[in-house]
Amino acid sequence: MGEFLEAAFISGLLGAMMRMATPIIFATMGEILAERSGVLNLGIEGIMLMGAMTGFLVTFGTGSLWLGVLMAAIVGMILGLLMAFLSVNLGLSQHVSGLGITLFSTGLAMFIYRLYFGSPTVPPIVQPFKQVTLPFLSKIPVIGPGLFTQYTLTYLAWLLIPVMSILIYKTKMGLKIRTVGENPVVADTVGVNVILTRTLCLVVGGALMGVGGAFLTLAHQNMFLIDVIGGRGWVSIAMVIFGNWDPLKGAIGALIFGFLDGLQLRLQGLGFHISFHIFLMIPYLLTIVALIGVSRKASVPASLLKPYRREEKGG
Amino acid sequence: MIRMRITKREPLPKWARVVIPIAAIITTLILSAIPILLAGGHLWKSYYYLFYGALGTRFNLLETFVKASPLLLTGLAVAFAFRAKFWNIGAEGQLLAGALAATVLGVSLGGIPGILVLPVVMLGGFLAGGIWAAIPAILKTKLKVDDVVSTLLLNYVMIHIMGALLFGPLQQPGSSWPRSSAIIEAAQYPILLTRSRFHLGILIALLAVLVIWFINKRTVFGYRSKAVGVNIRAAHFGGINTTAVILWTAMVSGGLAGLAGVGELCALQYRLIMDISPGYGYSGIVIAMLGNLHPVGVLFSSLFFSVIIVGAHTMSRMTGVPTYIAEVIQGMALMIMLIFLLFTEYRIKVVRK
Repeated sequence: MGEFLEAAFISGLLGAMMRMATPIIFATMGEILAERSGVLNLGIEGIMLMGAMTGFLVTFGTGSLWLGVLMAAIVGMILGLLMAFLSVNLGLSQHVSGLGITLFSTGLAMFIYRLYFGSPTVPPIVQPFKQVTLPFLSKIPVIGPGLFTQYTLTYLAWLLIPVMSILIYKTKMGLKIRTVGENPVVADTVGVNVILTRTLCLVVGGALMGVGGAFLTLAHQNMFLIDVIGGRGWVSIAMVIFGNWDPLKGAIGALIFGFLDGLQLRLQGLGFHISFHIFLMIPYLLTIVALIGVSRKASVPASLLKPYRREEKGG
Repeated sequence: MIRMRITKREPLPKWARVVIPIAAIITTLILSAIPILLAGGHLWKSYYYLFYGALGTRFNLLETFVKASPLLLTGLAVAFAFRAKFWNIGAEGQLLAGALAATVLGVSLGGIPGILVLPVVMLGGFLAGGIWAAIPAILKTKLKVDDVVSTLLLNYVMIHIMGALLFGPLQQPGSSWPRSSAIIEAAQYPILLTRSRFHLGILIALLAVLVIWFINKRTVFGYRSKAVGVNIRAAHFGGINTTAVILWTAMVSGGLAGLAGVGELCALQYRLIMDISPGYGYSGIVIAMLGNLHPVGVLFSSLFFSVIIVGAHTMSRMTGVPTYIAEVIQGMALMIMLIFLLFTEYRIKVVRK
């Protein structure tokens, strides 16, 4: 048992926690943005996979990692726009629109990957991002080396948390977004463009989901595998609920998931296959328990899942 | 600026319910030309091999039925749940639960008379899927937990339960792979036609269409289940025990998905492996929607998608278009069907101003 408490183990585990939390933080922030404006985006899992595939493909072709991340964001935006067209412009069921996007993007990601690479016996790889050690902070004993030797994208994910909090709670735009999510009729009356606001939130949110996916193929791993997302999009949906639609609390949820994910990776490395599966189950079970708690508080954006059609204002 | 105005329209006649899915399928097939051309496939050749591969020879035609069997069952499962507005996205997990129960029973039932084995295995699979679907139903009715999210999450819980068991107590002795021992012969579905894999599960799936049709049309439970879906408050005030109806609807839905898992295990794989389902539970959602949640509609849409899935292999071999075209088509079909359904309820006018 002694080795579990060694500084190196703790530091390594903290580092893994941060890495594994990164894609979840990106995606959770993207989903919070969408849901705050009143749209549940179940396209998240597919958008992340398209982001992961696009990022990998572009980097493989051009050698530029950041270009890969950028293109992943753009593809995420396009899919966000498609989601907006279906669920906001046409006002279709958000559940089914989102699932449609996930199914479509999942198929498309694998289709394009196969088209480009065929079925190689050894999967093609890219030179992934390198970790950056922050001066001073990484010298903090025990926790420093793990927490502050990370990928730039991980630091960006950290930065995203306060940015999102400020955007939602402290800016005029944030007020508009929240009003649209709570009561679109009121928003419309005071001159906020409901359709445009929701579309923008889905587009920017889609970009974040795409980047979250790209992290998995350009930093965490250096290849694209079909199950690379492995339900992380759904976990992010759950983290939004777990975190009560609050960026900071959602990020804490993402860290808990990152911790368990990091722990299971270590256990798997030590040959504990059974415990690895049981550990992976925990975040999902925790989330379901959290859902029970959440349903008693009424913090869900009041107009989530409700399409807005001007003509139906009275009814 | 161009704006869309969406206004309610008077309900379309009954024939529209048949015409709209067909129009959606045709539109999907036309739009599939884009990925086919992007892949450098010759257009007519690709469509030809897509359908030839699924229907062209006796073996392929029967394979299309083999593929349709789990799709039909998960499609029925989703349709039956959606009809009551129980948003069961968890058919995948319920399918795995069914396969898991069938494995436990199928490996260990050597002691009882052979003729009883298969019914017990099937019942076990049905119950396991049903119970796994009952959990989110109870969470929904008693604790107000959103069923979409809970059923989705439970899929992953089930995958990991399966993983833990396949690396643990269910692992085939001596194997280092996550796979179970083979089920005994009495637990295997009989093959009904020679030189093919046309098995008992296909008849069971077809029978399920009849049973669900009968429940929907001719039983009080079917009526109540629909009433809950149309307006749960009205159903409640009309004296229906909505909690019980949702629970039983979920059990039947999950049970059907569980039977799909039993079929994959007992007719095709004979032992449990991690990738026993390539996402049949999720395809079930597309199939249910395209079938307008009607059992006969689900039958036709499951056949259509199994044609696409089986045909995609031949098309891929002959033209180089990746088999994942089948998944792309499924996703497109769902979105197009959704848009087309909008026309049944609303009028869309493009206004310039």
